[in-house]
Amino acid sequence: MAKITYIEHDGTEHVVDVKPGLSVMEGAVKNNIPGIDADCGGACACATCHVYVDEAWREKTGSSSAMEESMLDFAENVEANSRLSCQIKVSDALDGLIVRMPESQH
Amino acid sequence: MSDLAAHVVILGAGHAGGTAAALLRQYGHTGPITLVGAEPLPPYQRPPLSKAWLKGEADADSLALKPLEFYAEHDIDFRPSTRAVEINRGERTVRLSDGAALTYDKLILATGARAIALPIAGADLAGVMFLRTAADAELLKATIGPGKRLAVVGGGYIGLEVAASGRALGAEVVVLEREPRLLARVACETLSTFFRDYHEQHGVTFDLGADVAGFEGQDGRVTGVRLADGRIEPCDAVVVGVGAAPNDEIAAEAGLETARGVVVDLEARTSDLNIFAIGDVAHRPMPIYDRMFRMESVPNALEQAKQVASAITGRPAPAGECPWQWSDQYDLKLQIAGYAFDVDQILVRGDPAAAKFAVFHLKGDQVQSVEAINSPPEFMMGKQLILSRRPVDKARLADPSISMKEVAA
Ligand SMILES: Cc1cc2nc3c(=O)[nH]c(=O)nc-3n(C[C@H](O)[C@H](O)[C@H](O)COP(=O)(O)OP(=O)(O)OC[C@H]3O[C@@H](n4cnc5c(N)ncnc54)[C@H](O)[C@@H]3O)c2cc1C
Ligand code: FES
Repeated sequence: MAKITYIEHDGTEHVVDVKPGLSVMEGAVKNNIPGIDADCGGACACATCHVYVDEAWREKTGSSSAMEESMLDFAENVEANSRLSCQIKVSDALDGLIVRMPESQH
Repeated sequence: MSDLAAHVVILGAGHAGGTAAALLRQYGHTGPITLVGAEPLPPYQRPPLSKAWLKGEADADSLALKPLEFYAEHDIDFRPSTRAVEINRGERTVRLSDGAALTYDKLILATGARAIALPIAGADLAGVMFLRTAADAELLKATIGPGKRLAVVGGGYIGLEVAASGRALGAEVVVLEREPRLLARVACETLSTFFRDYHEQHGVTFDLGADVAGFEGQDGRVTGVRLADGRIEPCDAVVVGVGAAPNDEIAAEAGLETARGVVVDLEARTSDLNIFAIGDVAHRPMPIYDRMFRMESVPNALEQAKQVASAITGRPAPAGECPWQWSDQYDLKLQIAGYAFDVDQILVRGDPAAAKFAVFHLKGDQVQSVEAINSPPEFMMGKQLILSRRPVDKARLADPSISMKEVAA
Protein backbone atom coordinates (compact mmCIF):
# COMPACT_ATOMS: atom_id res chain seq x y z
CA MET A 1 0.00 0.00 0.00
CA ALA A 2 1.16 3.52 -0.74
CA LYS A 3 -0.03 6.38 1.43
CA ILE A 4 -1.20 9.24 -0.78
CA THR A 5 -2.26 12.70 0.35
CA TYR A 6 -4.84 14.45 -1.83
CA ILE A 7 -5.32 18.13 -1.03
CA GLU A 8 -8.46 19.85 -2.24
CA HIS A 9 -8.29 23.38 -3.58
CA ASP A 10 -9.68 24.73 -0.30
CA GLY A 11 -6.93 22.98 1.65
CA THR A 12 -8.91 19.96 2.87
CA GLU A 13 -6.55 16.99 3.12
CA HIS A 14 -7.41 13.36 2.46
CA VAL A 15 -4.83 10.72 3.33
CA VAL A 16 -5.61 7.26 1.96
CA ASP A 17 -3.84 3.98 1.28
CA VAL A 18 -3.81 3.10 -2.40
CA LYS A 19 -3.05 -0.35 -3.78
CA PRO A 20 -0.01 -0.45 -6.07
CA GLY A 21 -1.11 -0.99 -9.65
CA LEU A 22 -4.03 1.42 -9.41
CA SER A 23 -3.63 4.93 -10.77
CA VAL A 24 -3.53 8.05 -8.58
CA MET A 25 -6.92 8.92 -10.12
CA GLU A 26 -8.42 5.53 -9.15
CA GLY A 27 -7.13 6.01 -5.61
CA ALA A 28 -9.15 9.23 -5.37
CA VAL A 29 -12.30 7.98 -7.06
CA LYS A 30 -12.50 4.72 -5.11
CA ASN A 31 -12.20 6.71 -1.87
CA ASN A 32 -14.85 9.25 -2.93
CA ILE A 33 -12.42 12.17 -2.69
CA PRO A 34 -13.92 15.32 -4.21
CA GLY A 35 -11.99 17.31 -6.81
CA ILE A 36 -11.08 14.61 -9.31
CA ASP A 37 -13.96 14.00 -11.71
CA ALA A 38 -12.30 11.45 -14.02
CA ASP A 39 -15.11 11.48 -16.57
CA CYS A 40 -13.43 8.99 -18.91
CA GLY A 41 -12.40 6.51 -16.22
CA GLY A 42 -8.72 6.71 -17.07
CA ALA A 43 -8.76 6.57 -20.88
CA CYS A 44 -6.69 9.78 -21.12
CA ALA A 45 -9.62 11.30 -22.99
CA CYS A 46 -11.13 13.93 -20.68
CA ALA A 47 -8.49 15.85 -18.68
CA THR A 48 -10.84 16.00 -15.67
CA CYS A 49 -8.36 14.20 -13.40
CA HIS A 50 -5.86 17.08 -13.40
CA VAL A 51 -3.59 17.37 -10.31
CA TYR A 52 -0.48 19.28 -9.26
CA VAL A 53 2.28 16.94 -8.15
CA ASP A 54 4.21 18.09 -5.09
CA GLU A 55 7.67 19.32 -6.14
CA ALA A 56 9.46 16.66 -4.10
CA TRP A 57 7.63 13.93 -6.07
CA ARG A 58 7.88 15.22 -9.61
CA GLU A 59 10.78 13.03 -10.61
CA LYS A 60 9.37 9.84 -9.06
CA THR A 61 6.03 10.23 -10.86
CA GLY A 62 7.80 10.29 -14.24
CA SER A 63 6.96 12.42 -17.22
CA SER A 64 3.81 12.69 -19.28
CA SER A 65 3.27 11.06 -22.68
CA ALA A 66 2.70 13.16 -25.79
CA MET A 67 -1.04 12.43 -25.60
CA GLU A 68 -1.25 13.47 -21.95
CA GLU A 69 0.81 16.57 -22.71
CA SER A 70 -1.52 17.72 -25.45
CA MET A 71 -4.64 17.07 -23.34
CA LEU A 72 -3.15 19.07 -20.48
CA ASP A 73 -2.31 21.88 -22.83
CA PHE A 74 -6.02 22.64 -22.99
CA ALA A 75 -6.98 22.10 -19.35
CA GLU A 76 -7.46 25.09 -17.07
CA ASN A 77 -4.80 26.57 -14.77
CA VAL A 78 -2.04 24.29 -15.95
CA GLU A 79 1.33 24.60 -14.17
CA ALA A 80 4.73 23.02 -14.73
CA ASN A 81 3.85 20.28 -12.20
CA SER A 82 0.44 19.48 -13.71
CA ARG A 83 -0.34 15.85 -14.52
CA LEU A 84 -3.35 13.76 -15.42
CA SER A 85 -3.67 11.57 -12.35
CA CYS A 86 -5.00 8.61 -14.35
CA GLN A 87 -1.61 8.43 -16.05
CA ILE A 88 0.37 8.07 -12.80
CA LYS A 89 0.60 4.44 -11.70
CA VAL A 90 0.90 3.90 -7.97
CA SER A 91 3.83 1.80 -6.77
CA ASP A 92 5.61 1.38 -3.45
CA ALA A 93 8.02 4.06 -4.66
CA LEU A 94 5.15 6.57 -4.44
CA ASP A 95 4.46 5.90 -0.74
CA GLY A 96 4.03 9.40 0.72
CA LEU A 97 3.03 11.11 -2.54
CA ILE A 98 1.26 14.46 -2.23
CA VAL A 99 -0.98 15.85 -4.98
CA ARG A 100 -3.12 18.98 -5.00
CA MET A 101 -6.32 19.54 -6.92
CA PRO A 102 -7.10 22.55 -9.13
CA GLU A 103 -10.08 24.76 -8.32
CA SER A 104 -12.22 23.08 -10.96
CA GLN A 105 -11.86 20.32 -13.52
CA HIS A 106 -13.94 22.02 -16.20
CA MET B 1 -38.35 17.09 6.94
CA SER B 2 -35.39 18.85 5.38
CA ASP B 3 -34.25 17.55 2.04
CA LEU B 4 -30.88 16.46 3.47
CA ALA B 5 -32.67 13.89 5.61
CA ALA B 6 -34.95 12.60 2.86
CA HIS B 7 -34.98 8.91 1.96
CA VAL B 8 -33.58 8.75 -1.56
CA VAL B 9 -34.31 5.58 -3.48
CA ILE B 10 -32.26 5.01 -6.63
CA LEU B 11 -33.50 2.46 -9.18
CA GLY B 12 -30.66 1.12 -11.30
CA ALA B 13 -27.13 0.66 -9.94
CA GLY B 14 -25.19 1.54 -13.09
CA HIS B 15 -22.87 4.41 -13.90
CA ALA B 16 -25.51 7.07 -13.32
CA GLY B 17 -27.17 5.56 -10.23
CA GLY B 18 -23.90 4.64 -8.54
CA THR B 19 -22.43 8.09 -9.13
CA ALA B 20 -25.58 9.80 -7.86
CA ALA B 21 -25.42 7.80 -4.60
CA ALA B 22 -21.76 8.73 -4.04
CA LEU B 23 -22.31 12.39 -4.92
CA LEU B 24 -25.28 12.68 -2.56
CA ARG B 25 -22.97 11.67 0.31
CA GLN B 26 -20.20 13.96 -1.00
CA TYR B 27 -22.67 16.85 -1.06
CA GLY B 28 -23.71 16.23 2.54
CA HIS B 29 -26.90 14.23 2.24
CA THR B 30 -27.52 12.59 5.63
CA GLY B 31 -30.78 10.74 5.00
CA PRO B 32 -31.06 7.09 4.01
CA ILE B 33 -30.06 6.14 0.49
CA THR B 34 -31.22 2.87 -1.07
CA LEU B 35 -29.60 1.75 -4.30
CA VAL B 36 -31.51 -1.01 -6.09
CA GLY B 37 -29.74 -2.80 -8.94
CA ALA B 38 -30.85 -5.67 -11.14
CA GLU B 39 -27.27 -6.85 -11.69
CA PRO B 40 -25.30 -8.83 -9.07
CA LEU B 41 -22.35 -6.38 -9.14
CA PRO B 42 -21.95 -2.99 -7.51
CA PRO B 43 -21.95 -0.10 -10.04
CA TYR B 44 -19.22 -0.51 -12.65
CA GLN B 45 -17.96 1.10 -15.83
CA ARG B 46 -19.15 -0.35 -19.14
CA PRO B 47 -16.74 1.33 -21.60
CA PRO B 48 -13.81 -1.04 -20.87
CA LEU B 49 -16.07 -4.08 -21.54
CA SER B 50 -15.60 -3.63 -25.28
CA LYS B 51 -12.01 -2.36 -24.99
CA ALA B 52 -9.31 -2.85 -22.32
CA TRP B 53 -11.24 -5.42 -20.26
CA LEU B 54 -12.17 -7.56 -23.26
CA LYS B 55 -8.53 -7.56 -24.35
CA GLY B 56 -7.49 -8.65 -20.86
CA GLU B 57 -5.80 -5.34 -20.01
CA ALA B 58 -8.03 -4.45 -17.05
CA ASP B 59 -9.40 -6.55 -14.18
CA ALA B 60 -12.79 -6.69 -12.47
CA ASP B 61 -11.59 -4.46 -9.61
CA SER B 62 -10.75 -1.66 -11.97
CA LEU B 63 -14.21 -1.89 -13.58
CA ALA B 64 -16.00 -1.16 -10.29
CA LEU B 65 -16.77 2.50 -9.65
CA LYS B 66 -16.20 1.99 -5.91
CA PRO B 67 -15.21 -1.08 -3.92
CA LEU B 68 -18.19 -3.01 -2.49
CA GLU B 69 -17.35 -1.90 1.09
CA PHE B 70 -17.87 1.71 0.02
CA TYR B 71 -21.66 1.34 0.14
CA ALA B 72 -21.80 0.03 3.70
CA GLU B 73 -19.16 2.52 4.87
CA HIS B 74 -21.23 5.40 3.51
CA ASP B 75 -24.48 4.01 4.80
CA ILE B 76 -25.86 3.31 1.33
CA ASP B 77 -28.25 0.37 1.39
CA PHE B 78 -27.16 -1.41 -1.79
CA ARG B 79 -29.52 -4.17 -2.97
CA PRO B 80 -27.93 -6.19 -5.76
CA SER B 81 -29.79 -8.68 -7.98
CA THR B 82 -33.03 -6.87 -7.22
CA ARG B 83 -35.35 -5.31 -9.77
CA ALA B 84 -37.89 -2.58 -9.22
CA VAL B 85 -41.18 -3.76 -10.68
CA GLU B 86 -43.67 -1.01 -9.91
CA ILE B 87 -43.78 2.59 -8.75
CA ASN B 88 -46.83 3.80 -6.83
CA ARG B 89 -46.62 7.59 -6.95
CA GLY B 90 -49.68 8.13 -4.76
CA GLU B 91 -48.20 6.17 -1.87
CA ARG B 92 -44.60 7.00 -2.82
CA THR B 93 -43.59 3.37 -2.80
CA VAL B 94 -41.62 1.11 -5.07
CA ARG B 95 -42.29 -2.62 -5.23
CA LEU B 96 -39.24 -4.83 -5.72
CA SER B 97 -38.79 -8.22 -7.36
CA ASP B 98 -38.01 -9.83 -3.97
CA GLY B 99 -41.44 -8.77 -2.70
CA ALA B 100 -40.15 -5.90 -0.54
CA ALA B 101 -41.65 -2.43 -0.77
CA LEU B 102 -39.68 0.79 -0.26
CA THR B 103 -41.13 4.13 0.71
CA TYR B 104 -39.30 7.09 -0.81
CA ASP B 105 -39.18 10.84 -0.38
CA LYS B 106 -37.15 11.28 -3.56
CA LEU B 107 -36.89 8.69 -6.30
CA ILE B 108 -34.14 8.58 -8.94
CA LEU B 109 -34.67 6.47 -12.05
CA ALA B 110 -31.32 5.32 -13.39
CA THR B 111 -32.39 2.16 -15.16
CA GLY B 112 -30.24 2.77 -18.26
CA ALA B 113 -30.85 1.13 -21.59
CA ARG B 114 -30.76 -2.42 -22.92
CA ALA B 115 -29.35 -3.84 -26.12
CA ILE B 116 -31.93 -4.11 -28.89
CA ALA B 117 -32.54 -7.70 -29.98
CA LEU B 118 -33.17 -8.74 -33.57
CA PRO B 119 -36.59 -10.37 -33.95
CA ILE B 120 -35.32 -12.99 -36.38
CA ALA B 121 -35.07 -16.77 -36.55
CA GLY B 122 -32.27 -18.27 -34.49
CA ALA B 123 -31.82 -15.23 -32.25
CA ASP B 124 -32.05 -17.52 -29.21
CA LEU B 125 -29.24 -19.87 -30.31
CA ALA B 126 -26.29 -20.19 -27.95
CA GLY B 127 -23.44 -18.02 -29.16
CA VAL B 128 -25.69 -15.17 -30.28
CA MET B 129 -24.70 -12.49 -27.79
CA PHE B 130 -25.00 -8.84 -26.83
CA LEU B 131 -22.55 -6.60 -25.07
CA ARG B 132 -24.21 -4.49 -22.43
CA THR B 133 -23.29 -6.01 -19.07
CA ALA B 134 -20.23 -7.50 -17.38
CA ALA B 135 -21.95 -10.90 -17.63
CA ASP B 136 -22.34 -10.43 -21.41
CA ALA B 137 -18.66 -9.52 -21.63
CA GLU B 138 -17.58 -12.61 -19.63
CA LEU B 139 -19.54 -14.82 -21.97
CA LEU B 140 -18.09 -13.15 -25.05
CA LYS B 141 -14.53 -13.38 -23.77
CA ALA B 142 -14.96 -17.06 -23.00
CA THR B 143 -16.26 -17.68 -26.53
CA ILE B 144 -13.84 -15.87 -28.83
CA GLY B 145 -10.16 -16.55 -29.37
CA PRO B 146 -7.68 -17.91 -31.89
CA GLY B 147 -9.31 -20.11 -34.51
CA LYS B 148 -12.80 -18.75 -33.83
CA ARG B 149 -14.78 -16.72 -36.31
CA LEU B 150 -16.80 -13.88 -34.83
CA ALA B 151 -19.59 -12.12 -36.70
CA VAL B 152 -20.49 -8.65 -35.50
CA VAL B 153 -23.93 -7.46 -36.55
CA GLY B 154 -23.89 -3.67 -36.69
CA GLY B 155 -21.04 -1.36 -37.66
CA GLY B 156 -21.46 1.25 -34.94
CA TYR B 157 -18.91 2.21 -32.29
CA ILE B 158 -19.53 -0.75 -30.00
CA GLY B 159 -19.46 -3.16 -32.94
CA LEU B 160 -16.17 -1.72 -34.17
CA GLU B 161 -14.61 -1.81 -30.70
CA VAL B 162 -15.62 -5.47 -30.37
CA ALA B 163 -14.12 -6.13 -33.81
CA ALA B 164 -10.81 -4.53 -32.77
CA SER B 165 -10.71 -6.43 -29.46
CA GLY B 166 -11.71 -9.64 -31.23
CA ARG B 167 -8.69 -9.27 -33.53
CA ALA B 168 -6.45 -8.58 -30.54
CA LEU B 169 -7.68 -11.89 -29.06
CA GLY B 170 -6.77 -13.69 -32.26
CA ALA B 171 -10.26 -14.31 -33.64
CA GLU B 172 -11.29 -13.89 -37.26
CA VAL B 173 -13.83 -11.09 -37.45
CA VAL B 174 -16.49 -10.16 -40.01
CA VAL B 175 -18.67 -7.09 -39.50
CA LEU B 176 -22.13 -7.16 -41.11
CA GLU B 177 -23.75 -3.79 -41.64
CA ARG B 178 -27.07 -3.07 -43.32
CA GLU B 179 -26.12 0.44 -44.45
CA PRO B 180 -23.71 0.94 -47.35
CA ARG B 181 -21.15 2.46 -44.96
CA LEU B 182 -20.00 2.13 -41.35
CA LEU B 183 -21.21 4.43 -38.56
CA ALA B 184 -23.85 5.69 -40.97
CA ARG B 185 -26.06 7.13 -38.25
CA VAL B 186 -23.35 8.92 -36.30
CA ALA B 187 -20.39 9.86 -38.47
CA CYS B 188 -19.57 11.41 -41.83
CA GLU B 189 -18.24 9.65 -44.93
CA THR B 190 -14.58 10.57 -44.25
CA LEU B 191 -14.68 8.87 -40.87
CA SER B 192 -16.61 5.83 -42.18
CA THR B 193 -14.00 5.28 -44.87
CA PHE B 194 -11.13 5.85 -42.47
CA PHE B 195 -12.42 3.27 -39.99
CA ARG B 196 -13.14 0.75 -42.72
CA ASP B 197 -9.59 1.02 -44.10
CA TYR B 198 -8.03 0.90 -40.66
CA HIS B 199 -9.97 -2.19 -39.61
CA GLU B 200 -9.24 -3.91 -42.93
CA GLN B 201 -5.53 -3.30 -42.40
CA HIS B 202 -5.97 -5.15 -39.11
CA GLY B 203 -7.63 -8.09 -40.80
CA VAL B 204 -11.33 -7.39 -40.20
CA THR B 205 -13.59 -8.14 -43.15
CA PHE B 206 -16.75 -6.17 -43.88
CA ASP B 207 -19.99 -7.07 -45.48
CA LEU B 208 -21.76 -3.77 -46.10
CA GLY B 209 -25.34 -3.50 -47.31
CA ALA B 210 -25.85 -6.86 -45.60
CA ASP B 211 -29.44 -7.50 -44.56
CA VAL B 212 -29.32 -10.04 -41.74
CA ALA B 213 -32.32 -12.37 -42.01
CA GLY B 214 -31.62 -15.08 -39.46
CA PHE B 215 -29.06 -17.21 -37.64
CA GLU B 216 -28.20 -20.77 -38.59
CA GLY B 217 -27.40 -23.28 -35.89
CA GLN B 218 -26.52 -26.84 -35.05
CA ASP B 219 -27.31 -28.57 -31.75
CA GLY B 220 -28.57 -25.28 -30.38
CA ARG B 221 -25.38 -23.35 -31.20
CA VAL B 222 -24.96 -20.68 -33.83
CA THR B 223 -22.97 -21.69 -36.92
CA GLY B 224 -23.68 -18.84 -39.28
CA VAL B 225 -25.55 -15.66 -40.14
CA ARG B 226 -28.06 -15.88 -42.96
CA LEU B 227 -28.48 -12.81 -45.15
CA ALA B 228 -31.62 -11.79 -47.02
CA ASP B 229 -29.94 -12.56 -50.36
CA GLY B 230 -29.49 -16.17 -49.25
CA ARG B 231 -25.76 -16.04 -48.49
CA ILE B 232 -24.49 -17.47 -45.22
CA GLU B 233 -21.56 -16.05 -43.26
CA PRO B 234 -20.20 -18.95 -41.21
CA CYS B 235 -19.22 -18.10 -37.62
CA ASP B 236 -18.71 -19.55 -34.14
CA ALA B 237 -20.20 -16.59 -32.33
CA VAL B 238 -22.23 -13.45 -33.02
CA VAL B 239 -22.34 -10.11 -31.25
CA VAL B 240 -25.46 -8.12 -32.06
CA GLY B 241 -24.71 -4.41 -31.69
CA VAL B 242 -27.59 -2.60 -33.29
CA GLY B 243 -28.36 0.00 -30.65
CA ALA B 244 -30.02 0.32 -27.26
CA ALA B 245 -33.52 1.13 -26.02
CA PRO B 246 -34.26 2.99 -22.75
CA ASN B 247 -35.59 1.00 -19.79
CA ASP B 248 -38.45 3.46 -19.30
CA GLU B 249 -41.42 1.08 -19.05
CA ILE B 250 -41.66 1.28 -15.27
CA ALA B 251 -41.81 5.08 -15.52
CA ALA B 252 -44.40 5.07 -18.29
CA GLU B 253 -46.59 2.64 -16.32
CA ALA B 254 -46.44 5.03 -13.36
CA GLY B 255 -47.77 7.79 -15.61
CA LEU B 256 -44.56 9.80 -15.94
CA GLU B 257 -44.09 11.65 -19.19
CA THR B 258 -41.90 9.66 -21.61
CA ALA B 259 -40.69 10.28 -25.15
CA ARG B 260 -37.99 7.81 -26.21
CA GLY B 261 -36.88 8.01 -22.57
CA VAL B 262 -38.17 9.64 -19.40
CA VAL B 263 -38.67 13.37 -19.99
CA VAL B 264 -36.69 15.56 -17.56
CA ASP B 265 -35.58 19.17 -17.10
CA LEU B 266 -32.11 20.61 -16.41
CA GLU B 267 -32.35 19.49 -12.79
CA ALA B 268 -33.08 15.96 -14.08
CA ARG B 269 -36.61 16.26 -12.65
CA THR B 270 -39.47 14.35 -14.30
CA SER B 271 -43.08 15.45 -14.56
CA ASP B 272 -43.39 14.36 -10.87
CA LEU B 273 -41.63 16.77 -8.46
CA ASN B 274 -40.25 13.96 -6.31
CA ILE B 275 -38.99 11.79 -9.14
CA PHE B 276 -35.83 12.30 -11.19
CA ALA B 277 -34.37 10.39 -14.14
CA ILE B 278 -30.71 10.32 -15.17
CA GLY B 279 -28.36 8.64 -17.63
CA ASP B 280 -29.27 6.52 -20.65
CA VAL B 281 -32.95 6.35 -19.64
CA ALA B 282 -33.49 10.14 -19.63
CA HIS B 283 -34.78 12.31 -22.47
CA ARG B 284 -33.14 15.59 -21.52
CA PRO B 285 -32.86 19.18 -22.67
CA MET B 286 -29.62 20.13 -24.39
CA PRO B 287 -29.64 23.93 -24.40
CA ILE B 288 -26.73 24.45 -26.81
CA TYR B 289 -28.75 22.73 -29.53
CA ASP B 290 -32.04 24.10 -28.32
CA ARG B 291 -33.66 20.68 -28.30
CA MET B 292 -34.22 17.57 -26.21
CA PHE B 293 -32.74 14.15 -26.81
CA ARG B 294 -31.48 10.99 -25.16
CA MET B 295 -27.74 10.44 -24.86
CA GLU B 296 -25.85 7.25 -24.21
CA SER B 297 -22.53 8.27 -22.74
CA VAL B 298 -20.65 8.24 -19.47
CA PRO B 299 -20.14 12.03 -19.38
CA ASN B 300 -23.91 12.42 -19.78
CA ALA B 301 -24.58 9.99 -16.92
CA LEU B 302 -22.10 11.91 -14.74
CA GLU B 303 -23.49 15.33 -15.62
CA GLN B 304 -27.02 14.27 -14.78
CA ALA B 305 -25.87 12.57 -11.57
CA LYS B 306 -24.46 15.98 -10.56
CA GLN B 307 -27.73 17.67 -11.53
CA VAL B 308 -29.83 15.35 -9.39
CA ALA B 309 -27.47 15.34 -6.39
CA SER B 310 -27.40 19.15 -6.53
CA ALA B 311 -31.18 19.42 -6.78
CA ILE B 312 -31.78 17.07 -3.83
CA THR B 313 -29.16 18.65 -1.55
CA GLY B 314 -30.14 22.21 -2.45
CA ARG B 315 -27.00 23.18 -4.37
CA PRO B 316 -27.21 25.39 -7.45
CA ALA B 317 -27.48 23.39 -10.68
CA PRO B 318 -24.06 22.66 -12.24
CA ALA B 319 -23.02 24.61 -15.34
CA GLY B 320 -24.08 22.98 -18.61
CA GLU B 321 -21.47 20.82 -20.29
CA CYS B 322 -20.71 19.98 -23.87
CA PRO B 323 -21.76 16.37 -24.52
CA TRP B 324 -18.87 14.15 -25.52
CA GLN B 325 -17.64 10.57 -25.66
CA TRP B 326 -14.65 8.55 -26.72
CA SER B 327 -13.79 5.28 -28.40
CA ASP B 328 -10.55 3.27 -28.43
CA GLN B 329 -9.80 0.92 -31.32
CA TYR B 330 -6.30 -0.54 -31.83
CA ASP B 331 -3.94 2.38 -31.22
CA LEU B 332 -6.55 4.97 -32.24
CA LYS B 333 -7.97 7.45 -29.81
CA LEU B 334 -11.26 8.82 -31.06
CA GLN B 335 -12.81 11.70 -29.11
CA ILE B 336 -16.18 13.07 -30.13
CA ALA B 337 -17.68 16.32 -28.87
CA GLY B 338 -21.21 17.50 -29.57
CA TYR B 339 -23.78 16.21 -32.05
CA ALA B 340 -24.03 17.02 -35.74
CA PHE B 341 -27.48 18.67 -35.75
CA ASP B 342 -28.50 20.99 -38.64
CA VAL B 343 -25.03 20.82 -40.17
CA ASP B 344 -24.43 22.64 -43.46
CA GLN B 345 -20.69 22.09 -43.86
CA ILE B 346 -18.11 19.47 -42.96
CA LEU B 347 -14.47 20.41 -42.70
CA VAL B 348 -11.51 18.04 -42.34
CA ARG B 349 -8.42 19.28 -40.52
CA GLY B 350 -5.28 17.15 -40.73
CA ASP B 351 -4.51 13.99 -42.65
CA PRO B 352 -6.62 10.80 -42.50
CA ALA B 353 -3.77 8.87 -44.17
CA ALA B 354 -1.58 9.69 -41.16
CA ALA B 355 -4.38 8.60 -38.74
CA LYS B 356 -4.26 12.07 -37.20
CA PHE B 357 -7.13 14.34 -38.18
CA ALA B 358 -10.37 15.90 -37.02
CA VAL B 359 -13.72 16.35 -38.71
CA PHE B 360 -15.59 19.52 -37.80
CA HIS B 361 -19.32 19.75 -38.42
CA LEU B 362 -20.50 23.33 -38.84
CA LYS B 363 -23.75 25.22 -38.90
CA GLY B 364 -22.93 28.56 -40.46
CA ASP B 365 -19.77 29.60 -38.65
CA GLN B 366 -20.58 27.70 -35.45
CA VAL B 367 -19.08 24.34 -34.57
CA GLN B 368 -21.82 21.75 -33.88
CA SER B 369 -19.57 18.75 -33.35
CA VAL B 370 -16.06 17.43 -33.82
CA GLU B 371 -14.69 13.93 -34.25
CA ALA B 372 -10.99 13.89 -33.45
CA ILE B 373 -8.71 10.96 -34.25
CA ASN B 374 -5.44 11.09 -32.28
CA SER B 375 -5.96 14.87 -32.07
CA PRO B 376 -6.60 16.02 -28.47
CA PRO B 377 -6.16 19.76 -29.21
CA GLU B 378 -8.90 19.67 -31.85
CA PHE B 379 -11.17 17.80 -29.42
CA MET B 380 -10.46 19.98 -26.38
CA MET B 381 -10.76 23.28 -28.24
CA GLY B 382 -13.68 21.99 -30.31
CA LYS B 383 -15.55 21.22 -27.08
CA GLN B 384 -15.06 24.78 -25.91
CA LEU B 385 -16.15 26.22 -29.26
CA ILE B 386 -19.31 24.09 -29.25
CA LEU B 387 -20.24 25.17 -25.74
CA SER B 388 -19.49 28.86 -26.26
CA ARG B 389 -21.25 29.02 -29.67
CA ARG B 390 -18.46 31.39 -30.74
CA PRO B 391 -18.10 31.88 -34.52
CA VAL B 392 -14.92 30.43 -36.08
CA ASP B 393 -12.84 31.43 -39.07
CA LYS B 394 -13.28 28.36 -41.28
CA ALA B 395 -10.19 28.95 -43.40
CA ARG B 396 -8.02 29.01 -40.29
CA LEU B 397 -9.81 26.00 -38.82
CA ALA B 398 -9.02 23.98 -41.97
CA ASP B 399 -5.33 24.88 -41.82
CA PRO B 400 -3.45 22.54 -39.46
CA SER B 401 -0.39 24.79 -39.56
CA ILE B 402 -2.38 27.24 -37.43
CA SER B 403 -2.64 25.88 -33.87
CA MET B 404 -6.09 25.34 -32.34
CA LYS B 405 -5.32 27.99 -29.74
CA GLU B 406 -4.72 30.50 -32.51
CA VAL B 407 -7.83 29.40 -34.40
CA ALA B 408 -9.95 30.06 -31.36
CA ALA B 409 -8.17 33.25 -30.37
C1 LIG C 1 -19.90 -2.06 -24.29
C2 LIG C 1 -20.16 -0.61 -24.02
C3 LIG C 1 -19.17 0.34 -24.29
C4 LIG C 1 -19.39 1.69 -24.03
N1 LIG C 1 -18.40 2.58 -24.30
C5 LIG C 1 -18.58 3.89 -24.01
C6 LIG C 1 -17.54 4.85 -24.22
O1 LIG C 1 -16.46 4.53 -24.70
N2 LIG C 1 -17.76 6.14 -23.88
C7 LIG C 1 -18.94 6.54 -23.34
O2 LIG C 1 -19.10 7.72 -23.02
N3 LIG C 1 -19.95 5.67 -23.13
C8 LIG C 1 -19.80 4.35 -23.46
N4 LIG C 1 -20.83 3.47 -23.25
C9 LIG C 1 -22.13 3.97 -22.74
C10 LIG C 1 -22.15 4.08 -21.24
O3 LIG C 1 -21.67 2.89 -20.65
C11 LIG C 1 -23.58 4.37 -20.78
O4 LIG C 1 -23.98 5.59 -21.33
C12 LIG C 1 -23.70 4.42 -19.27
O5 LIG C 1 -23.42 3.19 -18.71
C13 LIG C 1 -25.08 4.87 -18.85
O6 LIG C 1 -25.25 4.74 -17.47
P1 LIG C 1 -26.67 4.43 -16.83
O7 LIG C 1 -26.43 4.32 -15.36
O8 LIG C 1 -27.67 5.36 -17.35
O9 LIG C 1 -27.07 3.01 -17.40
P2 LIG C 1 -26.39 1.61 -17.08
O10 LIG C 1 -24.94 1.77 -16.81
O11 LIG C 1 -26.86 0.72 -18.17
O12 LIG C 1 -27.07 1.14 -15.72
C14 LIG C 1 -28.43 0.86 -15.59
C15 LIG C 1 -28.60 -0.24 -14.56
O13 LIG C 1 -29.95 -0.30 -14.16
C16 LIG C 1 -30.34 -1.67 -14.03
N5 LIG C 1 -31.80 -1.73 -14.12
C17 LIG C 1 -32.58 -1.63 -15.23
N6 LIG C 1 -33.88 -1.73 -14.88
C18 LIG C 1 -33.93 -1.89 -13.55
C19 LIG C 1 -34.99 -2.04 -12.60
N7 LIG C 1 -36.26 -2.03 -12.96
N8 LIG C 1 -34.66 -2.18 -11.30
C20 LIG C 1 -33.37 -2.17 -10.90
N9 LIG C 1 -32.33 -2.04 -11.75
C21 LIG C 1 -32.60 -1.90 -13.05
C22 LIG C 1 -29.59 -2.32 -15.16
O14 LIG C 1 -29.50 -3.70 -14.93
C23 LIG C 1 -28.24 -1.61 -15.08
O15 LIG C 1 -27.40 -2.26 -14.17
C24 LIG C 1 -20.64 2.11 -23.50
C25 LIG C 1 -21.65 1.17 -23.24
C26 LIG C 1 -21.43 -0.19 -23.50
C27 LIG C 1 -22.52 -1.18 -23.21
S1 FES D 1 -9.64 10.23 -16.14
FE1 FES D 1 -9.97 11.10 -18.10
S2 FES D 1 -8.02 11.83 -18.63
FE2 FES D 1 -7.69 10.99 -16.67
